[in-house]
Amino acid sequence: MKYVLLFVETEEFARDLQTMSRSDRDRAYALAGQWMAQHAGKIRGGNRLQPAHTATTVRLDRGAAPVVTDGPFVEGKEVVSGYTEVEAADLDDVLRMVATWPGCPVVEIRPLES
Amino acid sequence: MNPANEAAVGPVARGSHAELARVVREHAGRLAVSLMRVTGNFSEAEDLVQEAVVAALKRWPTEGMPERPDAWLFTVARNRGLDVLRRETNYCTKLALLRRPTEPEADERLRLIFTCCHPALPRAAQIALTLRVVCGLTTAQIARAFLVAETTVAQRITRAKRKIIDAGIPYRVPHADELDSRLNEVLTVIYLLLNEGYLPTTEQASSGDLVDDAEWLATLLHQLMPAEPEVTGLLALIRLHRARADGRFTPGGALVALEHQDRRRWNRDAIREATGLLTRAAEQRRPGPYQLQAAIVACHADADDWANTDWEQIVLLYDMLLTVAPSPVTRLNRAVALRYTAGSEAALAELDSLADALDEYHLFHATRAELLRGLGHPYQARAADERALQLTANPAQQALLRDRINWA
Repeated sequence: MKYVLLFVETEEFARDLQTMSRSDRDRAYALAGQWMAQHAGKIRGGNRLQPAHTATTVRLDRGAAPVVTDGPFVEGKEVVSGYTEVEAADLDDVLRMVATWPGCPVVEIRPLES
Repeated sequence: MNPANEAAVGPVARGSHAELARVVREHAGRLAVSLMRVTGNFSEAEDLVQEAVVAALKRWPTEGMPERPDAWLFTVARNRGLDVLRRETNYCTKLALLRRPTEPEADERLRLIFTCCHPALPRAAQIALTLRVVCGLTTAQIARAFLVAETTVAQRITRAKRKIIDAGIPYRVPHADELDSRLNEVLTVIYLLLNEGYLPTTEQASSGDLVDDAEWLATLLHQLMPAEPEVTGLLALIRLHRARADGRFTPGGALVALEHQDRRRWNRDAIREATGLLTRAAEQRRPGPYQLQAAIVACHADADDWANTDWEQIVLLYDMLLTVAPSPVTRLNRAVALRYTAGSEAALAELDSLADALDEYHLFHATRAELLRGLGHPYQARAADERALQLTANPAQQALLRDRINWA
């Protein structure tokens, strides 16, 4: 089955990452890279997203014309910061994989329709 | 009223209603297991079990219990299942599954339980699914036990089954490295059944049978996983509660506080047996919250009366329990024991430090009332009892509190 992992950052996590020394931050990224390499057999693609302030949201249900706003579609303390598509046997397979994720503190697992 | 219920409480004699429930529970899980083998689809198998159970509850009371209830249930479910299979295009694949070598039934029953209690399902759905698939309760019976609408239970089950299929929740026993946390989900479900059955949180909920279901599930789990001390601990805890059930109510149905219970009405043999079970679990030296709770209950069960209770030991066990499973309710219970080792003032001080966390919990105020009364503050005690009365919807507890407010 195919799933998308949505990596979610909290404000606290983003702040910690910012205040880290250069070498600590590099180490954190290296750990995430190692995790990706370790699960390469299951990973089918994905990417990091640019920060939430770069987001633009379009609403098509607010009258005739699309409404374009600055920012992500929900303003919250938790924002999606990346995604990875994986192919796994079942949900437990994905759960085991996510349990060792060394990066951001929240991961949402969504099965794909096909 | 649901037709299945009507049939179940209709022409059948009172005693045989319990017998009916027992037989259904004994066979529903096994039936689900065999059907999973045939259909390979959790949702379909679950539907077929439920249909067979509803048919049984409708027909057995009038036609009499079949000689082999398991065969009867299986035939009904299989005939329905064949109808389902015929409508499907991959009939041949399914037939191939039928011939697949089968594994020991124990493993399959475990898979069923672990799937129903998967952490990706909401707690209420885990409970409803387990009761329906493993214990063979109907949607109507579950709704009555928890005093929720039947449609709510049906919806929870439908959503859960859809999620099992769509999200790829597997039908298998978890791997060794995830077993502890997954077993904990199962134990939590059984523990909640015990709690709800022991003292229903809602008025008029007919939940007494849930303790039966909890004991039955814990017994099954203990047979399937005899080496798990926490499973044994939970089973001992349930049995220790049941062994003292007769002392908890007066013949008129009024709740009696532990302190005032007639301990001659407790079942000493059952207490000894449950304590033996707990001792064997403890020999594995892998303590956990259920073993510790059972040990606390065992201390009470061992004592001849309230005054001769080993309070030092109980406080120690609560301390251990708080290190593995910290919770304000556990600290509240510890404070009760603390009264007898460190005095009422110390207990009250401990209680007052919990005021923020437990202000909405009736037993916090009821316990405070007892301490205040003991310390010679009858007016404050009365106010605390009144607050407790406002917070509980359980009729037996309400009656106990009203008595205290009127007479103390």
